[in-house]
Amino acid sequence: MTEEVKAPKKEKIPRQPMPEQEPHVRARNFEEVPYGYTPELAMKEAERCIQCKDPRCKQGCPVEIDIPGFIKLIKEGDFEGSIRLLWEKNSLPAVCGRVCPQEVQCEGLCIIGKKDDPVAIGNLERFAADYQREKGKQILPPKAEPTGKKVAVVGAGPAGLTVAGDLVLKGHDITIFEALHGPGGVLLYGIPEFRLPKAIVAQECNYLERLGVKIEVNAVIGRSETVDELLERFDAVFLGVGAGLPVFLKIPGEHYIGVYSANEYLTRANLMKAYDFPNYDTPIVKGKKVATFGGGNVAMDGARTALRLGAEKSYIIYRRSHAELPARSAEIHHAEEEGVEFLLLTNPLKFLGDDDGRLTAVECLRQELGEPDASGRRRPVPIPGSEFVVEIDTAVISIGSGSNPLLTKSTPGLSLNKWGYIVADPKTGKTMKPRVWAGGDIVTGSATVILAMGAGRLASNSIHDFLTYGW
Amino acid sequence: MFEIVERQEMAQGTIISNWIKAPKIAAKAKPGQFVILRANETGERIPLTMADTDPAKGLINIIYMVVGKSTALFKTLQVGQGYLDVIGPLGQPTHLEKVGKVICVGGGTGIAVLHPITRGLKQMGNYVYSVIGARSKDLLILEDKMKAASDEVMICTDDGTYGHKGFVTDKLKETLERDKDIKLAVCIGPVPMMKFCAKVTQEYGVHTLVSLNPIMVDGTGMCGCCRVTVGGKMQFACVDGPEFDGHQVDWAELDLRLRSYTAEEKVSFDQFKAAHAPGCSCSR
Repeated sequence: MTEEVKAPKKEKIPRQPMPEQEPHVRARNFEEVPYGYTPELAMKEAERCIQCKDPRCKQGCPVEIDIPGFIKLIKEGDFEGSIRLLWEKNSLPAVCGRVCPQEVQCEGLCIIGKKDDPVAIGNLERFAADYQREKGKQILPPKAEPTGKKVAVVGAGPAGLTVAGDLVLKGHDITIFEALHGPGGVLLYGIPEFRLPKAIVAQECNYLERLGVKIEVNAVIGRSETVDELLERFDAVFLGVGAGLPVFLKIPGEHYIGVYSANEYLTRANLMKAYDFPNYDTPIVKGKKVATFGGGNVAMDGARTALRLGAEKSYIIYRRSHAELPARSAEIHHAEEEGVEFLLLTNPLKFLGDDDGRLTAVECLRQELGEPDASGRRRPVPIPGSEFVVEIDTAVISIGSGSNPLLTKSTPGLSLNKWGYIVADPKTGKTMKPRVWAGGDIVTGSATVILAMGAGRLASNSIHDFLTYGW
Repeated sequence: MFEIVERQEMAQGTIISNWIKAPKIAAKAKPGQFVILRANETGERIPLTMADTDPAKGLINIIYMVVGKSTALFKTLQVGQGYLDVIGPLGQPTHLEKVGKVICVGGGTGIAVLHPITRGLKQMGNYVYSVIGARSKDLLILEDKMKAASDEVMICTDDGTYGHKGFVTDKLKETLERDKDIKLAVCIGPVPMMKFCAKVTQEYGVHTLVSLNPIMVDGTGMCGCCRVTVGGKMQFACVDGPEFDGHQVDWAELDLRLRSYTAEEKVSFDQFKAAHAPGCSCSR
């Protein structure tokens, strides 16, 4: 006897968490924190997407990925189809799936997020890219016929890689010039291994090389060759060199051994693999008590790197309160879980050192929040007489970066703003110098990977128009 | 790979000269500029000021003293082998001009850096005094080249095995005393030598250039590791230097920062020496 039953009401699927390493374990190793979705988890999460006709998530994506489209393909188990669709708009999906601030972009706008947790778009993007890389064939997207036009891309960071990936698909001949000995820019030297494994960066760059992009490392444009010399050999030049100038606190004692800019600390740890000293030759001060100054994503990276290098105490010292921390909430959460201590409303006054010039402590002043300032945030006001000393042997200064003048100073005809950043049309990336485009941090000042990629996308569209139509 | 086409051991094998194929760098490099070298995938980025270039052949010359793991590793590289990475030219070139009379002072491997600057100053039409020194006769390098690039050369050794017994500062002072027309001093060598040379020249009011060698990582102004205090201001040797006004440099600070990794360098070097010790490794 068959019993007729009504189809049960479709059960609501909760947002699928990504399995990850336990905080106390991962805080002591450099392996990636989350393991990623299994195909089953990914397909289950993909089911949560309701395939909006007018998807708002897509509006939140600086590179306009067809989000419902690639998710639908995952849901159907067509993982190769999903990566092909992603590649149409994004040449670095494994990177973006990991480091984009989805909560304020695609996922922040997801309609499901109104009443429930939004669809885990970032996790799904990461899954599609990882699955292809690990299990898929070596597939490539279709490429246009060669145009005979040559483009030089200066800087192999997120902006430059995006420009290269876009334009090579349109048939142009692309050469990337990178100052360091490996491509990736901040993806390589800045973002730590445990957030973005360097093997993945290498593979994303390798994907571009398989598409025909040439990458010349150890090429410091501005020194080894000037932009004007590139213009003799190339039809167009894109400048995506990053901000690249460390900012110090400008307090006494910054010369002590153990005081690092975040750029130096992370470059030693990531690019030079100093965490694996002496197997790698580059050393780093493996501090027992480390303070990272600043409250952004880079500061969280510094504080978490310190733990992995063996710190017993890793502090974040930030002058405003928890609510004003500029880092992504996920990064703050990860840092807190791993045991990073936050000394908030705290302003450093000076570093103290011993006779050998080694850092021993930092003297700080407590602050309280006063009236809102020009930015609308409540201004921290020092509390007189509240000085106190924190014993530290390593300091990581992570309060932003400035514009590195190495390239801009050697390039006549570029217009710079008062902070030394390149003036470029925000819609096209065109600079004041003919046939030269710019994008990313060297235009906007320190921002995110995806914003640099968005700027790269706008510039590559404009460069393609110029090469095709002459404007 | 950047191939070594010529290799020479100097100063009883403590100092090595390499001519390296790097046509792009050779075409651009000017006296006073440096390159960053990395021997292999696990290697450090080591900054070395170029000792010479041959743009026609596409070669650059570096001369370094073996002082630790990385330079010991460099020393193992033979002709036909090479460096994984060579980056440059980096830093500001020396400002070469005719000022009249100049004195160039070099100690140890500093002479290698000093030589192209000396030659440049001579070519500009300056009258060039040179003072070069080493601990001992066997350790003195580039005497002939310095003689060819100078009008008068004075030699000093700490132990008196050659030339004047004593420090280069003695001859520097003596020369400044006897010729008041000297307008510029260029002093390159170990930190204490440069510091004391600058002290001497300050007494005589002679403008003094020194070439600093702080620890670096990227060499493009990105990391701030090579920060030095010059005239009370923070400067990055990799982009603002490596040459600075010797009278303005905070020598004590530079000296401290150069010792940042003394302990780590020893660990690294000891490990290297153990692995490269002569004899069969299974017996250890």
